[in-house]
Amino acid sequence: MLNIVNKSPLDRNTLQSCLDANTGGAILLIEDGVFAATRGNAFEAKLKAVQGTFKVYALGPDLDARGFGDRVMDGVTVVDYAGFVDLVAEFKTCQSWL
Amino acid sequence: MRISVLVNEGPYTHEASDSAFHFVRAALARGHDIFRVFFYHDGVNNGTRLTTPPQDDRNVVNRWSKLAQESELDLVVCVAAAQRRGIVDEGEAKRNGKDATNLAPGFRISGLGQLIEAGIQSDRLVVFGD
Repeated sequence: MLNIVNKSPLDRNTLQSCLDANTGGAILLIEDGVFAATRGNAFEAKLKAVQGTFKVYALGPDLDARGFGDRVMDGVTVVDYAGFVDLVAEFKTCQSWL
Repeated sequence: MRISVLVNEGPYTHEASDSAFHFVRAALARGHDIFRVFFYHDGVNNGTRLTTPPQDDRNVVNRWSKLAQESELDLVVCVAAAQRRGIVDEGEAKRNGKDATNLAPGFRISGLGQLIEAGIQSDRLVVFGD
């Protein structure tokens, strides 16, 4: 499953809910969700801990829009909108955690 | 692949309208078929032609209309959500005794069944919201 998370874990608990559901597959962080993919953020350890279960992606344009394009933590793959589309096509189901 | 998109948030609120737009455009560029974009809840505000953002800002509504024209997109606004928020086409204006219409070009007003059908007919349904 492709899990899409669009809020910072410091703002909402949707990323935590996503990790708790533990579906495996991939997590794509978009919009304010990309803050979770930055080096040194408070959620970094939690996201690192699940990297065996989930492949983690972050949307590059949303990182750049927030000035964090050069502060992506290890293990996170940055994709553009075309990559977003490819992820949607790759996984049979996608869940937006709103 | 056939993809549909659900937009649950209005323009200029957070980022859902922008994300959905960029996603749809990228999917078209990748050669996918966009079966429908359904606007629900505050998402129906994407369909009013009366918005006037500052000239140096993106025009979210016009951008949807233009893409719909270029790519023959089916942009559907939920009728019940639209009535609550004053999004009106000619048919709805007549039915509800309103003195004006404001539905933007390229959009149409219809029921929630269109969302269900989009979910059934499409390989993927991608949701954008708050």
